[in-house]
Amino acid sequence: MANLFASAGSASSVSGPPSGSDYAADSIFRGLAWISAALIIALTVYILVEILREAGPAMQAHGVGFITGTTWNVNTQQFGVLPEIWGTLYSSLLALFLGGSFGIAIAIFLTQDFLDHRVATVFRTIIEMLAAIPSVVFGLWGIFVLIPLLKPGAEWLHGQFSWFPLFSTDLAGPGMAPAALVLAIMILPTVAAISVDAFRRIPYKVKEAAYGMGTTRWEAILKVMVPTASSGLLAALVLGFGRALGETMALAMLIGNANQISLSLFSPANTLASLLASTFPEAGQLEVQALMYAALVLLVITFIVNVLGLAVQQYTIRKFEGKK
Amino acid sequence: MNAAAESTFVADPYAAVGEVVIDCQVDKIFYGDFLAVRDSLVPVEKHKITGFIGPSGCGKSTVLRSLNRMNDLIQVFRFEGRVMYHGQDVYGPKVDPVLVRRYIGMVFQQPNPFSMSIYDNVAFGLRLNRFKGDMDERVQKALERAALWNEVKDKLKNSGLSLSGGQQQRLCIARAIATEPDVLLMDEPCSALDPIATRQVEELMLDLKKNYTLALVTHNMQQATRVADTTAFFSVDISHGGRTGYLVEMGPTAQIFEAPREQLTKDYISGQFS
Amino acid sequence: MSDFDLTKAVETARPMPQLARQGFEVRALKSGLLTGLTWLAALIAAVPLVSVMYLLLVKGGSRLFGADFVEVLTGLPPAGFELGGGIGPAIVGTLVMVGIASVISIPIGILAAIYLGVLEPRSWLANTSRFLAKVLTGFPSIMAGVFVYAVLVIHWGYSAWAGGIALAVLMLRTVVLAAEEAIAQVPQRMKDAAYGMGCTRTQVIWKVVLPTGLPGILTGVLLAVAGAAGESAPLLFTALFSNYFISELSEPTASLSILIYNFSGMPFPNQIELAWTASLVLVLIVLMFNILARLIGQPKV
Repeated sequence: MANLFASAGSASSVSGPPSGSDYAADSIFRGLAWISAALIIALTVYILVEILREAGPAMQAHGVGFITGTTWNVNTQQFGVLPEIWGTLYSSLLALFLGGSFGIAIAIFLTQDFLDHRVATVFRTIIEMLAAIPSVVFGLWGIFVLIPLLKPGAEWLHGQFSWFPLFSTDLAGPGMAPAALVLAIMILPTVAAISVDAFRRIPYKVKEAAYGMGTTRWEAILKVMVPTASSGLLAALVLGFGRALGETMALAMLIGNANQISLSLFSPANTLASLLASTFPEAGQLEVQALMYAALVLLVITFIVNVLGLAVQQYTIRKFEGKK
Repeated sequence: MNAAAESTFVADPYAAVGEVVIDCQVDKIFYGDFLAVRDSLVPVEKHKITGFIGPSGCGKSTVLRSLNRMNDLIQVFRFEGRVMYHGQDVYGPKVDPVLVRRYIGMVFQQPNPFSMSIYDNVAFGLRLNRFKGDMDERVQKALERAALWNEVKDKLKNSGLSLSGGQQQRLCIARAIATEPDVLLMDEPCSALDPIATRQVEELMLDLKKNYTLALVTHNMQQATRVADTTAFFSVDISHGGRTGYLVEMGPTAQIFEAPREQLTKDYISGQFS
Repeated sequence: MSDFDLTKAVETARPMPQLARQGFEVRALKSGLLTGLTWLAALIAAVPLVSVMYLLLVKGGSRLFGADFVEVLTGLPPAGFELGGGIGPAIVGTLVMVGIASVISIPIGILAAIYLGVLEPRSWLANTSRFLAKVLTGFPSIMAGVFVYAVLVIHWGYSAWAGGIALAVLMLRTVVLAAEEAIAQVPQRMKDAAYGMGCTRTQVIWKVVLPTGLPGILTGVLLAVAGAAGESAPLLFTALFSNYFISELSEPTASLSILIYNFSGMPFPNQIELAWTASLVLVLIVLMFNILARLIGQPKV
């Protein structure tokens, strides 16, 4: 490209046109960036398509009965994942109950001026370290620390209240309770982080207004701050739930891998993810196809929950952007 | 001045005295459907300071930024007209805005040094244009011209962001002049500065015009009287429910402030509106 | 005038509120109780962490910091009734596969973040890409394993490549989102200055945006690496496991996370001990990356 302004400027001017290689580098680099952004879309689509494709044969063979069936028998080729769906939802709901409430409590703890700066940093670090611990390590800890810890309590509860559906069986080892507890611990940082974010978005003047009316700290928190942050907290819970649904390793190690449906907290169970983890490596071709179908079911459930959570989060962000 | 007359008013063209470096001929400037500026002929003369003044919203910044195609960064921007520079229309189909900006530099309202050392900030343009000569010498010269050398000569390795507001703006000026561009555009360069720093920058501008051509947007009339050789006064046309800026009058600064031809100019100068 | 007592008149007309704090206020009591409960919740949340760290140090440490720590770090995993042995191949395997994943996901992730954050942030492509990256964040990590199994393992068998690619899929989402945030935080006025100097878009990015946003980008990258090192689900049926040091990238490979998973279910105390040791090493690696990320994340703006 000719330099149209070659004559401009004084003799000592350094101004000059971009070189040919500058222009070339610009085009190439921008092209690469475009490709990378497109790759993310392509990758997601590819994952969905591929899993759909692999699940195809099993979907044809078992149809909707797969979702309502309760047996998983390789020999008779009967495959049903209802126990796994139950286990996934039950464990995640329990985890959400516990981990969600603790997570929000900690978010309140960290953002509502309970602590001086340095102590707050300590707690934030604790939560972040909790998030950093790998799933298998929690599984290991669960097997050798949590289960032995829970057994005496479980025995007592089962002995005294075995009529109560939640305590109707004995904790022989792995089961719903230790799995749900570890799951709660694992989603706590997620819920806490998103909730902290939700509280931080509240414009300062809302807090001023609340305290200006002469409320105690807790009245301000419960009657003003929490309701204002409510959509953000909802997003935190939904996304935490989504995390719980997909958690695999710790559950595979702690839930007992038994294909049964029970309300009892102490009975072993199974989730879609841990079914995949425990059965896949040894599976033959037909079983693999069924497992692909199970993977598809898990994918659909987590996809829906995550999209919902993201939508709620987007709504929250837009709500506060308007308020500014 | 009644509304109908206002919307068809076009300023008398200013007959440039010296060599015209940039001949800006605005027909219409749009942001999307919004007509921001209309009918403004602004010749920028060599080795002079051309001041753009007017009330807020009159389009003076928009016109300034159109000279080096900075407005291209705004997607909905549309320029109808011509900006003749060295025999080429800057908005011509063959002209690359990146090229234009190598020759027409800009200093912005908010100081914006890069987050690198003072030295690297000033050397940025030199490296960009592949300067092969004595870098240290050019950096020093630019900092001296920007009246910043003595304050930073011992700490050239410090980050540009560690300076005070006034110093940062002078750093930005040093950065802009290091390559000795043909023209320097300055968009309210003193609005974020305290009076002392403003004074320093104004003295700097008077010194710079010996070697460069400057165009300055300012909302401070006194600054225009102190610094500008030629002044272009813009106003806002609200006659049709829009807010369209347009050139009202342009001439030597002394004439604009002592003997303005247009009533609107008289009113603005005397503080009737701002 | 003597009949008129001013003070009494005022007091009876409008009783003054007691501003001093009363001893027994229900509201204050409720407040105190809730504060106490919240403190309790925070402390309870800290218990698992403390417990895990304690056990890692005690059970894992006993082997790692003992006399045969060289053997532990470099030896081969023991079979059933064997004593001794080590986790050497697992450490190498984890590092190799995380390395593969990083080489793939970091450049692509940063390039995508540049497109999303600077080049065309409001385009359809950018919005969709950003949304899907967030959706992928919630995906079960085992899905990456299932996907790579279907695409690679079925045709070419278990390998370190497959494991690395599965980890790359997981790292990508973290890198993209974190890098985009760092890049978007570079102030517009700095970019304006670069454009004003006559930079092409790529020059603005390389000379100004990336250097300025580098701390934030590095933080995201390090956190992604830490996460990948700890992953196990995606490796289950892509890299499988091996009891030997890796010699080729196209064969099954050991990893710390899979070793822990396998050994945790074995009835042999030696294996269980090594599982704890491997956990300690893994957590140390992950924490190291996390701390690095935090240290680097001081912005320059």
